[in-house]
Amino acid sequence: MSEALHVEVKGLTVTARNAAGEVFPIVSGIDFALKRGEVLALIGESGSGKTTIALTLLGHARPGATIAGGSIRVGEHDLTRLDRAALAQLRGNRIAYIAQSAASAFNPSRTIMDQVIEPALIHDLMPRAQAEAKAVELFRALALPFPDTIGARYPHQLSGGQLQRLMAAMALITDPELVILDEPTTALDVTTQIEVLRAFKAVVLERGATAIYVSHDLAVVAQMADQIVVLSQGRIREAGAAAQILHAPADDYTKTLMAAARPAIRPAPEKIALPAAPLLEIRGMTAGYGKIGKDGRPRIPVLRDINLTIERGATLGVIGESGSGKSTIARVIAGLLPPASGQVLLDGEALPPGLQGRSRDQFRRVQLVFQNADTALNPAHSVGRILARPLAFYHGLKGNAARMRVLELLDLIRLPATLIDRPIGGLSGGQKQRINLARALAADPQLILCDEVTSALDTVVGAAILELMAELRRELGITTMFISHDISTVRAICDDILVLYSGTMVETGPRTAFGVAPFHPYTDLLIGSVPEMRAGWLEESHAGAAPPPIGEISDHPDLCRFLPRCAARVDGLCNTTPPPRRPLTKGSQILCHHGDESLCPL
Amino acid sequence: MMASAFQRAKALPVSGKVGLALVIFWLAVAVFGPMLAPYPVGAFVAYDVFDGQSAKHWLGSDYLGRDVLSRLLSGARYTVGLAAAAALLASTTGTALALTAAVGGAKVDEPLSRFMDMLISIPSKIFSLVLVAAFGSSLGLLLLIAAFTYVPGNYRIARALAVNLAQMDYVQVARARGEGRFHIAIAEILPNMIHPLLADFGLRFVFIVLLLSGLSFLGLGVQPPDADLGSLVRENISGLGEGALAILAPAVAIATLTVGVNLLIDAIGFSGKGKGR
Ligand SMILES: Nc1ncnc2c1ncn2[C@@H]1O[C@H](COP(=O)(O)OP(=O)(O)OP(=O)(O)O)[C@@H](O)[C@H]1O
Ligand code: SF4
Ligand SMILES: [Mg+2]
Repeated sequence: MSEALHVEVKGLTVTARNAAGEVFPIVSGIDFALKRGEVLALIGESGSGKTTIALTLLGHARPGATIAGGSIRVGEHDLTRLDRAALAQLRGNRIAYIAQSAASAFNPSRTIMDQVIEPALIHDLMPRAQAEAKAVELFRALALPFPDTIGARYPHQLSGGQLQRLMAAMALITDPELVILDEPTTALDVTTQIEVLRAFKAVVLERGATAIYVSHDLAVVAQMADQIVVLSQGRIREAGAAAQILHAPADDYTKTLMAAARPAIRPAPEKIALPAAPLLEIRGMTAGYGKIGKDGRPRIPVLRDINLTIERGATLGVIGESGSGKSTIARVIAGLLPPASGQVLLDGEALPPGLQGRSRDQFRRVQLVFQNADTALNPAHSVGRILARPLAFYHGLKGNAARMRVLELLDLIRLPATLIDRPIGGLSGGQKQRINLARALAADPQLILCDEVTSALDTVVGAAILELMAELRRELGITTMFISHDISTVRAICDDILVLYSGTMVETGPRTAFGVAPFHPYTDLLIGSVPEMRAGWLEESHAGAAPPPIGEISDHPDLCRFLPRCAARVDGLCNTTPPPRRPLTKGSQILCHHGDESLCPL
Repeated sequence: MMASAFQRAKALPVSGKVGLALVIFWLAVAVFGPMLAPYPVGAFVAYDVFDGQSAKHWLGSDYLGRDVLSRLLSGARYTVGLAAAAALLASTTGTALALTAAVGGAKVDEPLSRFMDMLISIPSKIFSLVLVAAFGSSLGLLLLIAAFTYVPGNYRIARALAVNLAQMDYVQVARARGEGRFHIAIAEILPNMIHPLLADFGLRFVFIVLLLSGLSFLGLGVQPPDADLGSLVRENISGLGEGALAILAPAVAIATLTVGVNLLIDAIGFSGKGKGR
């Protein structure tokens, strides 16, 4: 019977030593098995031991850790009994590994082809010409553009999603019997993720490879896996067939994960009865990096013609893919980047464009909260010092009064008072993000600019931060600009939404407008690319369909920027004439040649 | 504070402990040496020149019949003190200028960095020779020369660190909070540079010891009857043929001092990285 099982892990324990030299388990008592051609998903939060387990299937443990017990059988080999040479023979040959960040796995100074076929050459599996032919075949299977010539390029000439697929090609070139994919799409935008997932799935199916898929995202896993193993703190919480785990989870922890993955839409907090004057208004703003040229455009233009308003006490969600200019909007409002043209008005009064000339009170009223709390908090300072600075700077609070207020703030963000004298280094990601938020609150601001405040956190921790923000908003009536790349989060907590594509506002409107079709073609792609938590979604989703062919593109600078990827583009119109901004009956405004009638209802 | 310094010392690797012991030893000699010297520095106390080791003269006598141990104990003060002062002056000046460049923007950074590039291209030995020849040797001048020579080197390192740190999100947050440049330089950037700067300080110290010893060896350093370790080597050069203790002892002293400082910096740099800051 065990012949039918291709991979079998029994009683696996991996240990490490802590600073005091004591041995402790990182993962323990791990059992699972899968048949040839099956896909098993390991799912859990960061620190749950996913990657540790995945690495043991290469017979590897991270430096400092050791495989202390259990057996790992792949085919006829027990990996725990093999010596280094035998393992090296298996790795990259019969067992392949695809890591989270392909960008850092490629050598920037060698061509893609050289690197992709390297495993085949190292293991002496085939002559160079044959390996290259096989690589091209894989490029085609992975739906890469220009499969015949893409191999001649260098890594910096390719996007993150393309590199991720090329890394898969590198892993598959040896026809491995076991493929380990460690969060292969986590670093990608949703719209890219769906393409990569499709390519992975097709290739895994076609080659009949057995695969282990490591991820923290249940919805992604739902597309790929036959079996799911849920991990928490180094132990298996629940394991079983994918359908059972997704539809009838038995374990409480799995249920929490499912709940956190798809935030419930919160009822909009009752609008606070304040004069309806908008708190923040941006008019005709253009911005970018580098020197501003003679034509009034910066050398690297990013944002184009941004107009928005945020009502007092409301939350505006800004969404778009990486590099679309979301953070740049926040930087302009905060004064870190003077706009090339246009105005930012706070409470009806124009803010000076740069940092110079802003009064301390203007600084106080707008606070910026950065995405990554690890880098946004000075590692040389203590929690108390970080929170006390804005108190002293804006409110002149010193000594005991300041300390009392810091304790109050800690209480407000639900952290114990004992943290006050701790250095930043020892805090967890979630704790840091709370401190990051508290520092902004310490200023007593009117407007908080939150740049991807939950993106670097685990879903459960992130959900808790969102909960906290919603509460603070209710209690303090703060106006928020919430920047995110995740449409479901934005839909769940924001009153109004702005969709940014390559620096232009393609759709704006109240959140209700983002629950019903029709959408701007890019919004449509964005919404359609978010994986749903059911098997088969990937096959049904029409998102990311190939755009129809069009004729020559004129060189008008204001043409629709989504044109190269748009599935609804119209030849003779989109490639010659800039799109107008028009209202849709559902309440939003879009920048597109299509209107209510011609946008395909979903 | 004391306790944590002690714990840190305990956590050092063996080489670091050796380095630390050597550094402490030489600091002690610099401070207490003259009090411990058995004979006055300039006194002719032995009957013979280049005596070997004896009960009366532990390290023998020098080319004029003076007690080598006493001269060494007194001379260490000049080498250690002068080098430490000069390294401190060079590091604080270099780092202060580097921070100014990092928070001052391109308008300050560009000219300052070009100027430092120019300074760094002046050969330090020749520069010192010219100055000493022009003004005559004095402790103050030696201090200034040594400090001045090593400002550009420290500036380069400190600027590279500071410019990187100035891009960090927490510095952007401080700017967006409306903080002044001085606060950003001192409170936000400087604390995160301390570790590499300490290592750099140690390195400068070693360079300066060698520079001063070299100058003294050429007769341009500390002037007789006072003598730093380099002058001790030079004045006893005629004993080299006989392998006299009078020349070996100060040479070994310079070697142990510089090697000790080097071992210590390497170890600190290492454990600093290990802490994952
Ligand atoms: N300092 C800079 N100099 C030049 N170009 C920059 C600079 N900062 C950002 N850019 C460019 O501006 C564009 C928008 O960047 P921005 O950081 O606003 O994107 P984003 O939408 O926040 O992306 P992400 O989701 O990855 O954070 C990108 O193309 C980026 O490469
Ligand atoms: S203007 Fe044309 S290309 Fe742009 S989004 Fe609309 S249909 Fe697509
Ligand atoms: Mg960003």
